[in-house]
Amino acid sequence: MGFDQYHEPPEELSAETRSFARICASLEEECQAIGWYQQRLAVEPDSEARAIMEDAQGEEFKHFAMNLEYLLRRTPRWRAIAEGVLFQEGDVVEHGEAAEAASEGEDDDSGEAVGAADGSLGIGSLRGEQQ
Amino acid sequence: MNHLLRQLAPISEASWELLDEEARERLRGPLAARRLVDFAGPLGWEHSATNLGRVEEVAAPNGGGVSALRRRVLPLVELRADFSISLAELRDGDRGAVDVELAPLDGAAKQIAICENVAVFHGWEGAGIAGVAEASPIGAEPLGASAEEYPRSVARAVEAVRQGGVEGPYGLALGPDEYTRVIETAEHGGYPLRDHLAKILEGGPIVWAPGVTGGVVISLRGGDFLFESGQDLSIGYSHHEAEAVHLYLEESFSFIVATPEAAAPLS
Repeated sequence: MGFDQYHEPPEELSAETRSFARICASLEEECQAIGWYQQRLAVEPDSEARAIMEDAQGEEFKHFAMNLEYLLRRTPRWRAIAEGVLFQEGDVVEHGEAAEAASEGEDDDSGEAVGAADGSLGIGSLRGEQQ
Repeated sequence: MNHLLRQLAPISEASWELLDEEARERLRGPLAARRLVDFAGPLGWEHSATNLGRVEEVAAPNGGGVSALRRRVLPLVELRADFSISLAELRDGDRGAVDVELAPLDGAAKQIAICENVAVFHGWEGAGIAGVAEASPIGAEPLGASAEEYPRSVARAVEAVRQGGVEGPYGLALGPDEYTRVIETAEHGGYPLRDHLAKILEGGPIVWAPGVTGGVVISLRGGDFLFESGQDLSIGYSHHEAEAVHLYLEESFSFIVATPEAAAPLS
């Protein structure tokens, strides 16, 4: 079994960074599936088959959104930029540049996912954790 | 920068990491409620109320055959525990000291965790929060004077919840004294009391719960006890002077008991 989502030796990465990498890989796969369904829908003439594909693509939309939210909650600067770009009217590139500039100082550059995007300690639910 | 104003504190990134990690370590142990009830959120500092789905009648502004209802909500409450840290200690931490004095933070963490536990398990009348133990229609089962009597009491409490149609597994929150008795005790034949209780609970956890008086058996099936977090526990900045920085631990939350009979108190 390969571990392609890791770019660095996994044993040198923290548990948080390994989870982060797994979700990144999952996000890529969901996005790829969305693209595949889009192509299939473009050429499929059978209405029943199209209905199934549309339903399946809807699932991938949901999976993509959940993966993205997981990642954004753990990377304050990514979240800050995304908030400046997503669901905004107007010029996408302008929003992107402005959001990037405004996000300076929102995150550290360690690459380690620490705490939560809202500045909290990120404790949340403790169900199932050893005391 | 959000309302915590962390960037205004005259301390390094490394010091913030030290404080945050210490707070996480000190909070995870005593935060008992979060091990047993459903947790939703965090929904943000701006989130102010939990929807109850209920209404109450209110007089229409000028009558005329028009009726009116007002939505009922449960406002979130804010808990805050202030503490101060010596700036000289934090500077020593930046130099690599491994024994930085963080006792004030530890004390604040303990106090705010106990407050959260008390609100969830015993209620907070002024905040409109009914506690798990107080809301239960099941009469409190005496735990008994010695730990050897605990299995019978816990089994009765579990049975009372099951008789109400609420399935397990079940968790057990115990006050510090009762918890200590459990982990210290081995029954006849050397069988640990903790393992015996775990079997009665269908494998559910036995939780050390500072702030709890006696104990509470609680179903873990989900949907019965809802803790809604606005701002999850965070460290914020208040002010500083030459010698010390004044910080605080803070959270906002509400708590709803949806199924009172899904828990049984132990006295």
